[in-house]
Amino acid sequence: MKIHEFQGKSLLAGYGVAVPRGEVATTAEQAAGIARKLGGKVVVKAQIHAGGRGQGGGVKLAENAEEARAVAARILGMTLVTKQTGPQGQRVRSVLVEETLPIARELYLGIAVDRAAAQPVLMASAAGGMEIEEVAARDPHAILRQAFDPDRGLPAYAARRLAFALDIPVPALGKAVAIMQALARAFSGLDASLAEINPLVLTTDDRLVALDAKLNLDDNALYRHPELKALRDENEESPLEVEASRFNLNYIKLEGNVACMVNGAGLAMATMDIIQYAGGRPANFLDVGGGASREQVKQAFQILLKDPSVRAILINIFGGILRCDTLATGVVEAAREVQLKLPLVIRMEGTNVEQGRQILEQSGLAITVAQGMRDAAEKVVAAAGK
Amino acid sequence: MSILVDKHTRVIVQGITGREGAFHARQCRDYGTQIVGGVTPGKGGTLHEGLPVFNLVSQARQATGANASLIFVPPPFAADAIEEAADAGIELIVCITEGIPALDMARAWERVRRTSSRLIGPNCPGIITPGQAKLGIMPASIHRPGSIGIVSRSGTLTYEAVHQLTLLGLGQSTAIGIGGDPIIGTTHRDAIRMFHEDAQTEAIVMIGEIGGSGEEEAAAFIAQQVKKPVVGFIAGQTAPPGRRMGHAGAIISGGQGTAAAKMEAMQKAGIHVCQSPADIGATVARVLGRA
Repeated sequence: MKIHEFQGKSLLAGYGVAVPRGEVATTAEQAAGIARKLGGKVVVKAQIHAGGRGQGGGVKLAENAEEARAVAARILGMTLVTKQTGPQGQRVRSVLVEETLPIARELYLGIAVDRAAAQPVLMASAAGGMEIEEVAARDPHAILRQAFDPDRGLPAYAARRLAFALDIPVPALGKAVAIMQALARAFSGLDASLAEINPLVLTTDDRLVALDAKLNLDDNALYRHPELKALRDENEESPLEVEASRFNLNYIKLEGNVACMVNGAGLAMATMDIIQYAGGRPANFLDVGGGASREQVKQAFQILLKDPSVRAILINIFGGILRCDTLATGVVEAAREVQLKLPLVIRMEGTNVEQGRQILEQSGLAITVAQGMRDAAEKVVAAAGK
Repeated sequence: MSILVDKHTRVIVQGITGREGAFHARQCRDYGTQIVGGVTPGKGGTLHEGLPVFNLVSQARQATGANASLIFVPPPFAADAIEEAADAGIELIVCITEGIPALDMARAWERVRRTSSRLIGPNCPGIITPGQAKLGIMPASIHRPGSIGIVSRSGTLTYEAVHQLTLLGLGQSTAIGIGGDPIIGTTHRDAIRMFHEDAQTEAIVMIGEIGGSGEEEAAAFIAQQVKKPVVGFIAGQTAPPGRRMGHAGAIISGGQGTAAAKMEAMQKAGIHVCQSPADIGATVARVLGRA
């Protein structure tokens, strides 16, 4: 789960990470008030989940409260397009108004679980402010890495080693160790999947402050953090994806016009691939799971139909736990309920496949039953092109 | 021969009295797998469908001589169940559970990797040696005994590949689903090394997906060591970067883990890479000269 910068900073501050003074505003008036409290000069930052906000015009300096009001008025309500939002952009509903800092240097700190080490790894770099992927692509040696035990945390000596390698001046050394250890504690304590401070600024008076912060939380661990669940902002997600998640369906909207419904993530990806291989473009990823119920199949079907760009639908199910007759019944009910007009191609294999095919054939609906994935993909792409 | 499981494998089911555990324990048993007991804390001493239930894995192992465990424990408790099995000296641990918190798995794997236990999964369909033993949730009927080894990160996509092979008259030595999570026990490379050493396995199918670097590591091993033909497919060629495609581990992040990079590494290693998932079976038949 992604959360906003201001939420991430507030959580990190609770673990002892220094963050700039600031508050969130949803109106220009509030933004001016916060600026006045902070002494006038502030930075106003759009709060959306996507990165790259600065380049998109979502981060602006203001010299005084009046300017803060004007800047906030421009940013609030704007549709911010960054390279992470996609061309449709994301509407800004709140801004973070923060004090400005005398910056001497910008550094990078980030933690993620490393697959190979099977442990969390702290990454540190002197090239802060840039995206770490760009740093990695340009010079992998510019990123220092330190794995640590999630329960023991980051040992001080390991943090010191990184701090020296980053050329932190001696007066700030203790603070550097403390902030790295605090970030490690936050990562474990919050069950984060990513905890990033970029940039971490070294101020001219040798303080270390998290100028920006990004926290992603492990969805699988949210059950033990009820207080974090409340930080979800559904405005930041596609409405269809929010609806799908209510029914425990895994749906991701894509740009094409061939909708697909599949059981299992791997087969769902492979189905998207074969649609493209047949000359079409997938409209979505949709995994109904291994043991989907009739109701879930119906809901999934209805979600697919709410995407206006869809021209044809492919259902590809390899029945194991999910039986083909269950699937067929759900599809027939849903197709009747919504009075389906779009072409529907179904490919089923596995448990109770004969009963499933019979249900489809006897339904009287215009459903094309395909044999195998290639046949299914070719038929649905042809149908979408008509 | 086969790898890891056969008709002599003695299996206990952790979570045998739960809905999923009970259902699949029955299915595995019907297939001929030697299910010798189950573990549910608090239900020790009872019988479940004629099988003895124990409170602890160590008790179950002692009483039944089990050398494998199949885990259907809910996600909050599954990492602990894996550790318990390893601590009890179970040789093969197969964890089906999906949704284990990443840090729980990091903690458990840190300990399990130091034991001699082999872990398959989590978040996987399990392992089957057709005609002998099934420790998992795959539909048994699509498999045939034979000489093709299959390793895959996916569930249903593995069934798809098996089905294609079976339709072409190509049976399977063993099929392993290694799981879709970022931290897993047995990797592609591990499974391929075992198929490489297995006399019965003539050819190997490796099915990967976006995210991580397990496929690249396996490809490097294949380039150096494996003489048997390997056919590969990578799911997620059309997946957008930065989005998690169902599996916790299926995400392209920072330009890493793309299907294109994996397919290139596999091709360089001499693997027959299919562009289309519909071509997996036919490609195996072709490279074995049985098309």
